[in-house]
Amino acid sequence: MDSSSDSILTVSGLNKTYPGGLQALKDVNLEIAKGEIIALLGPNGAGKTTLISAICGIVKPTSGTVTVAGHDIQRDFRKTRSIIGLVPQELTTDSFESVLNTLAFSRGLFGRAPDPQHLEKVLKDLSLWDKKDNMIMTLSGGMKRRVLIAKALAHEPTVLFLDEPTAGVDVSLRKDMWNIVRELKEQGVTIILTTHYIEEAEEIADRVGVINNGEIILVEEKQHLMSKLGKKQLTLELCDALATIPEALQQYELNLAADGLQLTYTFNTQGERTGITALLDDLKLAGIEFRDLNTTQSSLEDIFVTLVQQSS
Amino acid sequence: MNYYAVLAIYKFEMARTKRTLVQSIVAPVITTSLYFIVFGAAIGSRIAEVEGVSYGAFIVPGLIMLNLLTHSISNASFGIYFPKFVGTVYEMLSAPVSTIEVVLGYVGAAATKSIMLGIIILITASFFIELRIAHPLIMMLFVLLTAGSFSLLGFILGIWADNFEKLSVVPMLLITPLVFLGGSFYSTDMLPPLWQSISLFNPVLYLVSGLRWSFYEIAEVNVLVSLFGVLAFMLSCLGVVLYMFHTGYKLRS
Repeated sequence: MDSSSDSILTVSGLNKTYPGGLQALKDVNLEIAKGEIIALLGPNGAGKTTLISAICGIVKPTSGTVTVAGHDIQRDFRKTRSIIGLVPQELTTDSFESVLNTLAFSRGLFGRAPDPQHLEKVLKDLSLWDKKDNMIMTLSGGMKRRVLIAKALAHEPTVLFLDEPTAGVDVSLRKDMWNIVRELKEQGVTIILTTHYIEEAEEIADRVGVINNGEIILVEEKQHLMSKLGKKQLTLELCDALATIPEALQQYELNLAADGLQLTYTFNTQGERTGITALLDDLKLAGIEFRDLNTTQSSLEDIFVTLVQQSS
Repeated sequence: MNYYAVLAIYKFEMARTKRTLVQSIVAPVITTSLYFIVFGAAIGSRIAEVEGVSYGAFIVPGLIMLNLLTHSISNASFGIYFPKFVGTVYEMLSAPVSTIEVVLGYVGAAATKSIMLGIIILITASFFIELRIAHPLIMMLFVLLTAGSFSLLGFILGIWADNFEKLSVVPMLLITPLVFLGGSFYSTDMLPPLWQSISLFNPVLYLVSGLRWSFYEIAEVNVLVSLFGVLAFMLSCLGVVLYMFHTGYKLRS
């Protein structure tokens, strides 16, 4: 982050050790800018939920500080919590309440005066308006997920935490969810979401943070991360099988498939020269002919897997 | 002070009562009527007056106390235990609310419900016996303090309990015996001297005695002792709740 003036959330030196001895967070430092969408990626048990819970006040940090909009989450908990909305990972709802009542409850709990218009807008935005009088237990899993989002938005938070918002949600609902997140961003809401789905981070996040074993391995602009760590591969389908890679081509560190019919060249997209033209020239000189070629770019998923493996 | 939060919790808890109207109102009316039919009419007609009060009338304060205690505890303990059990407690923990606001919402609602129940029992009783309340204000004070303090106790129980068994074991194994042995349905004068002395260690005796004094001006112990006793109990419970929230006991890991 280049400027701290537009920062909305600052986590510094945050540690959490559970009574059982498990160290769920290790010296976590994180700065989040106003209005951005940041995706926290990490395998199960990496500490994503603990981090969110610590910021929201559900888990007591062992040490470290967190400020939200300049207020300390412990000293000024009323201020910080009233601007935060939290959508939990589990579908925990008051089964016997109606959708509208549960929203009114959430709004009141967070200290806001009743505002039926706002609740109506939230419910309409989430396509829940026609379900407003339904008992929550009668709704489908996807609808319950929407109710949880609506509850979190009932008090008009400016920082929204979405803990795995699309876990167990079907493809179309997932797309809806992404649209909702984008709309919220347009309204100026800062969004921090955790996910296992790299596709999700790739689709909607501005920045990506990777957590493993309670540590933040990196936080980067998504585009930057993908171009920095992303590799491209050129695959050549050969006309005739090769037994070995000729001496003249050693400098390219090519990979020859077991059947000898495929050559793979890995190159950095950021490099000044990719070396492709030279490679193709040298292939011609060596008398190697190919009938097809294609290039692939590594996805965020590959980057993520590599990072997590390295840190473990 | 986050008044909206207090109101939200209070309304939410009261809505829970509305959904279980039969269980909350019809059931106590029926049980109270049964008590009067059995103890008041059938057995009571063979029991002489107790200190100048007919047996049916004598048991009214005890009956109210029995219901106040058990329902305050169960209302409040369930109110906080259930969100913990299903996980919805996350919302309360992440909300800008202080311990006092949470307590006012949950305990206030639980106490309101048991006070309403007390009133229902009183009205039901008036169909069976001739009601006489010597000190209505003292009676109301007793009912208020008892409902408040035992709702606090229930709240503590609800936070402490991590399964349904623990939740039901305290009311069943502790409160019910204490109420029955606390002179709800008899005067301790009817007991042998040793048991009279033992009864004095039963806190419920002081509650029943105090409430009965507000009705008929008959008491086993001085009414002031009863009043200060229940007040002290209430403050200790409040202390425990504040401590639990301060340390995050079984709520915030």
